Amino acid sequence: MLVNAIYEMKNYPVVLISTVISPLSLLAVVTFVTNGALFGTAIEGGLIMIFFSSGLALQSDLSHLKNDFKLQDMIVSSPTNSRLYMGGMALAEIVYSIPGLVILIALAGIYLHPSLFQIAILSIVLLLMFAISVALGFMLSTFSNDVVQSYAFSRLLSLLFATLPPVYYPITFIPAPFNYLAYLSPTTYAAEIMHSATGYLNISVNMIIFDWAVLLGVCAIILFIAVKKTRWKDV
Amino acid sequence: MGTLECSGLTKVYEDHRKALDNVSFSVETKGIFGLIGRNGAGKTTLIRILATELEPTSGTANINGFNIFTQENQLREKIAIVPQEARAIRWMTPKQTVFSYLLWRGYTYNIAKKLADESLARLGMQQYANVLNSRLSGGTKRKVLIATVTASEADIIFLDEPTTGLDPISRRELWEILKDLSKDRFIFLTTHYLEEAEQLADRIGVLKEGKLISVGPLSDLRKSSRYQYSIKLPPKTSLPTLKDGEVTESESGVTQIMTNEDEAFRLARMFSEQGIKFSITPITLDDIFFRLVGEKARDE
Repeated sequence: MLVNAIYEMKNYPVVLISTVISPLSLLAVVTFVTNGALFGTAIEGGLIMIFFSSGLALQSDLSHLKNDFKLQDMIVSSPTNSRLYMGGMALAEIVYSIPGLVILIALAGIYLHPSLFQIAILSIVLLLMFAISVALGFMLSTFSNDVVQSYAFSRLLSLLFATLPPVYYPITFIPAPFNYLAYLSPTTYAAEIMHSATGYLNISVNMIIFDWAVLLGVCAIILFIAVKKTRWKDV
Repeated sequence: MGTLECSGLTKVYEDHRKALDNVSFSVETKGIFGLIGRNGAGKTTLIRILATELEPTSGTANINGFNIFTQENQLREKIAIVPQEARAIRWMTPKQTVFSYLLWRGYTYNIAKKLADESLARLGMQQYANVLNSRLSGGTKRKVLIATVTASEADIIFLDEPTTGLDPISRRELWEILKDLSKDRFIFLTTHYLEEAEQLADRIGVLKEGKLISVGPLSDLRKSSRYQYSIKLPPKTSLPTLKDGEVTESESGVTQIMTNEDEAFRLARMFSEQGIKFSITPITLDDIFFRLVGEKARDE
C-alpha cells in the first residue's frame, strides 16, 4: 500500500500539495494571531494533527478502496491478513504525510532545539496518537459501506479531535468550563505532555502521570476494541 | 488438479434472507466452471464463501483438499478473486495496479515487477501498461483486473460476473483471454449471460433461489433434458397436435416447441410441406435454463 500512496502522489501531484497545506495552515494562523509567541506549540500541534489525521484518513481511504474498488475483498482472498493490511495502509497514510512532517520536523529542530529526552517523549506521544487513530480508522472503515459518509465522518472526527482541542496552543488559553470539554479528547492529553515537555506549559508531575495514563489507557482500549470488533471477513 | 467440493452450504443473512440453501456439489478444478442464475439467485454469495470472504451459516467446502474454515490461510495462497463491481484504481496505471497487488501477496520487488510485466504481456496490454486506469476503456479496465489476479501464483481464479456491462466485442475478447488462462488454471465464474457460460464453461451449475438445481457439462444437461430439440414458429401459426413435446409462447407471440428427435423431424417435415416458416435447433443452454427456472420462452 506504500506504493499505492506514492503512485497517487506521483500521478496526481496536487495530492502531495494538499497534504502539506492542512497542518501548516493552522500553524500559520496561530503563529500570526499570537505574534509568534505560540510558534513552538503550534509546531507540536501540527505534528499531532498530522499523526492523528493520518490515522483517521485511513478510515475514509480504506472505505473508498473497499466499497468503490472492492480492494478489500481482493485482499481478503489472498495470503495477506488483516493486521498486515492495516499496517500497510497505516504506513501509506504516513507516506502521504511525509512532506508535511519533513517541514514540521525541520521547524521543530530549528526553533525548539529539543534534547534527546524531549525527542523521545514527543515521538512516543505521537506514535500513541497514531496508534489510536489508526485503530479507530480501521475499525470504522470495516463497518462503512458508503464512502461519502466515510469522508464526512473522517472530517468530523479530525475536527473534533485534532482541530478544536487545544493542540496548537496550551490548554490554559481555554476558559473554564470549556477546558473540561477539551479533556474529552485524547489529543488534549497528548498536547499537554508535549507542551510541558518543551516548557510551554507548567503542570504538576501528578498531572503529567495522569496524562500518560489516560493516553496509554485510551490506546489500549481502542486497540482492544479494534481487534475484537473489526470486520475483516464478512459474516 | 483436484476437486472443489461443497457440502450443505447454507447462508442466511442478518436480515433473515436465505441466499443459499443446502448447496452441495463437486467439480474437478480444471478448465472453467460457470455458475448461472438470475439476479439474486445466490451466485455472488456462493463465490464469496468459496473465496473465503464470507462465512456460511452452515455447511462447508474443500478446494483442492483445503477446507475453507480450517485451512483458509493455505487456501488463500492458491486463490484469487475479481469481485463483482471491482474496479481498477483510477489513480494508478495497469502496471502499478498489478505490481502493487503482487507486493500485497508477498512477492519481492523484483519478482513482482517481472510477473506484472509478464501478466500484462500475456493479456496483450503492454501498450496500456503506463496509462492511467482512469483513461482506459471499460473492457481494458476489466482486463487490468484479470491481469492483476492472474499475475499471482493463484491457480484457482474466481470471477464474479466478469463481463457485465461490457460491449459485445470486449466481451468476446475477454472470453478468448479466459479460455487461454483456463489452460493452466481453474476458473470459477458466475454470469447471467447464458451465451457466455455456453461458450466458456466445461461444466455449468444452475442456481435458483439459493438452491443448486443442476450441475454438469452442457452435454449432460442436454441429455438430462426430456427434450433435445427446439422448433420456433412465427406468431399466429396454427399448431398441429403434438405426439410428445411442450409448447410455450413468448410475449411477442413466438411459439417454441421443445420435443424429442423423432417428433422434431416429423414436425419439420410437416411444416416444410405446408410452407410454414420455422427454425429447428438442438436445445441450447438458454432453453435448459429457462425450463429449469420456469420462465417463458424468449423472443430471439
